[in-house]
Amino acid sequence: MAKYNVNVNNKLLAVDADADTPLLWVLRDHLNLVGTKFGCGIAQCGACTVHLEGAAIRSCSFPIAAVGANKITTIEGLSAKGDHPLQKAWEEVDVAQCGYCQSGQIMAAAALLKRIPNPTDADIDANMDNICRCGTHARIRKAIHVAAAKKGVAHK
Amino acid sequence: MIVEAPVSRRNFLRITTIAGGGLMVGFSLLSEAEAHEHIAEGVVFAPNAYITIDNKGFVTLMAPNPEIGQGVKTALPMILAEELNVKWDSVYVEMAPLDKKYGSQVAGGSGAIRSRFTPIRQAGATARVMLISAAASQWSVPEVECYAEDGFVIHKPSGKKLGYGELAAKAATLRVPTDVKLKDPKDFKIIGTRVGNIDNHKIVTGQPLYGMDTRREGMLFAMVSRPPAFGKVLDSFDDTEARKVAGVKNVVQAGTVVAVLATSTWAAKKGRDKLKVVWKDSGKLESTTEHDIAFKEMISQKSDAPSRNDGDVETAFAGGGKVIEAVYECPALSHAPMEPINFFADVKDGKCELYGPTQVPANMRTSVAKALNIPEENVTLGMPRQGGGFGRKLRPDNGVEAALISAAAKCPVQMFWTREDDIQGDFYRAPAMYKYRAVIGTDNTIQGWHVNSAALNGGGSVPNGFPAATIPHFRHDNHSVKSNIQMGPWRAPTSNVAAFADETFMDELAHEMKKDPIALRLELLEKAKTAPVGQVRYDIEKFKSVINLVAEMSSWGKITKPNVYYGFASYFSFNSYAAHVAEITKTNGKLRVTKVYSAINCGRVVNLSGAENQVQGAIVDGLSHAMFSKITFDQGAVMQKNFHTYKFMRMKDAPLEVIVKFVPSEDAPTGLGEPGLPPVAPAVGNAIFAATGKRYRKLPFELV
Repeated sequence: MAKYNVNVNNKLLAVDADADTPLLWVLRDHLNLVGTKFGCGIAQCGACTVHLEGAAIRSCSFPIAAVGANKITTIEGLSAKGDHPLQKAWEEVDVAQCGYCQSGQIMAAAALLKRIPNPTDADIDANMDNICRCGTHARIRKAIHVAAAKKGVAHK
Repeated sequence: MIVEAPVSRRNFLRITTIAGGGLMVGFSLLSEAEAHEHIAEGVVFAPNAYITIDNKGFVTLMAPNPEIGQGVKTALPMILAEELNVKWDSVYVEMAPLDKKYGSQVAGGSGAIRSRFTPIRQAGATARVMLISAAASQWSVPEVECYAEDGFVIHKPSGKKLGYGELAAKAATLRVPTDVKLKDPKDFKIIGTRVGNIDNHKIVTGQPLYGMDTRREGMLFAMVSRPPAFGKVLDSFDDTEARKVAGVKNVVQAGTVVAVLATSTWAAKKGRDKLKVVWKDSGKLESTTEHDIAFKEMISQKSDAPSRNDGDVETAFAGGGKVIEAVYECPALSHAPMEPINFFADVKDGKCELYGPTQVPANMRTSVAKALNIPEENVTLGMPRQGGGFGRKLRPDNGVEAALISAAAKCPVQMFWTREDDIQGDFYRAPAMYKYRAVIGTDNTIQGWHVNSAALNGGGSVPNGFPAATIPHFRHDNHSVKSNIQMGPWRAPTSNVAAFADETFMDELAHEMKKDPIALRLELLEKAKTAPVGQVRYDIEKFKSVINLVAEMSSWGKITKPNVYYGFASYFSFNSYAAHVAEITKTNGKLRVTKVYSAINCGRVVNLSGAENQVQGAIVDGLSHAMFSKITFDQGAVMQKNFHTYKFMRMKDAPLEVIVKFVPSEDAPTGLGEPGLPPVAPAVGNAIFAATGKRYRKLPFELV
């Protein structure tokens, strides 16, 4: 066990964990931030997607020791009031079925919109690689377009 | 905006914020005595199990059935709200715990809406009628002069109105009527509209909703060491190294498994991986290659008892027409819901508290009580939102395992499976193989049709579906090959394999007969209507309604675009009718399903957005498995371990659009979670044939 101070959602939090503990389990089991989900444990499905300095990473395969001083953002910290344009678009388009993978989908989409504020279908194809077992792909695509079409998405 | 229950109001589900910013989700099922207290304190009017209204007019509607992503936590309360005459955005919806007062609480067989539609309407209407009676009595006017609207009762002649909250106390004193008049569907304001998933906001903000998110004081995370193959069981284990892992608190044998308990999931996993377990053979170690050999033998043999036998197929085949033969193969599949298998259990003092994902809560309680050897009434069960089901949670193994571990370790546990545990320890969609034979007569009609199927641990064909009753000589033989690998229901059981074979073969025949595939089906359905052969077990007009609608939606046969190809299939399951047209686009030699048109007849649609989402999802689910997924066995072991080898559809392969339309209907709702899936694989396969001239008779297609 070692002590780490991690910056999660703009809070500096002390964690006592083994160096190889994936960030996912630090978030879920140590910090009680359960919005980030486990799906596969091998960085295949993206249910565990969070941001590290704004870029999407798969936290199930990202050891706590590698986080360092980098800022982590989880679904709980994506927006203060749950009103990020993607969160609003996800509600507007009524994307979710079971909903389990959607926090990871939204985090992946948020990282995409930072890099490409107005993604084409081809951009979405190339960058959205998370698994949705319920098959909400077409609605995810639509919600990304809806969010991108609204202002204020680029800076967040 | 959905109103949240005030914190002071004691709900069945208790959510408390703990110090440190994290959320702790717990639940406490109120005992009978507490429940009465609760109602006396807070709720003023509760005419049945589903509806409570307090004196401020605050309406709580209970969602009785497990929510696995099929949308019933939204749709069932919509039906209540409709008959109650309240605004949808003013009600609070709460997930019911397991309780016999809610009747059958099951998620399976596409049955929640179709079985509950009328009873739930009656529950809502009962409350409305009582509120109207209360108002009429208070105003001393005839009830017929009063009506209810948006949470108020209004006296028509005078325009006087009282809110449901103001009437609740009075209504509670009235006798509950048993025979109430339901609304005229033309007055529906909620049913048939587009309503968002009730948990949308919680989902998009990452709030704790799922069994996996349960956190309780003193709870340990438990992970089990599982047999490496079917046909192997635990012999002995050495936990010395496992116990040295930091965070590991205990190792217990619970039933036939060994569980490592730790303060975090990661520690439990590390401990589990350090266990030294010796397995011993308990049965035959089977392989897919042997199953296939057995299937091949079986599909050439007739059975003693055909599941349908009209006319005499042998005479038909000997009659000199053109005989067409094809063999179809479908692999085993895993359910792999996104939320891996887990359950919370706290066993103490002869009682057991359960919380977790299950499609069969009542069966779960019975099974856990039996496993712990305690009375059923000592087992309570709360139902979280579930991260997918697909049939996997029709078995109560997860809750039983959690309860046995909690009992052995004497602490609350959250038992959890990794994805590898899940894919390798599932019960599977049974693999199946089919031999189809048909004979086309000189008049270019199908004179004989013979299906010979073989599947693991069960039947693989649906004998009474279309085209039964349309062909003079028609026979189904089903063979079951016994296996010690566990098989079980997977979304649209049997239909999900049978439809592929049936509807691909029909397309092959249409091609042989040089008939348009849609025209051929309509011609056959006309035969079923005018000159049926044997019993017709489907609704001919409903079948036609979806075929005609999807033909219209897709401009079938009217559009020719370079590099764009179409395939059609239709199927009837769970009392609903589905017809799909898959559009394939060829770009640089690569095929992609770019669009799917789907027409559905499922009776009245309750939630248009949710219903569309179910069909769109079923189509992607069917397409994903048709393209990529298979489970194979070698010496009892599952060859696929995780999502890198057990593959699912990604965005880059998904259709850009899935266009769904429902045939307008005044009929009571029929199934919807499953019927969209079966015709997907054949529609796509038929489109691939149109694009390439090659028949893919084996799933998955695995196009390169």
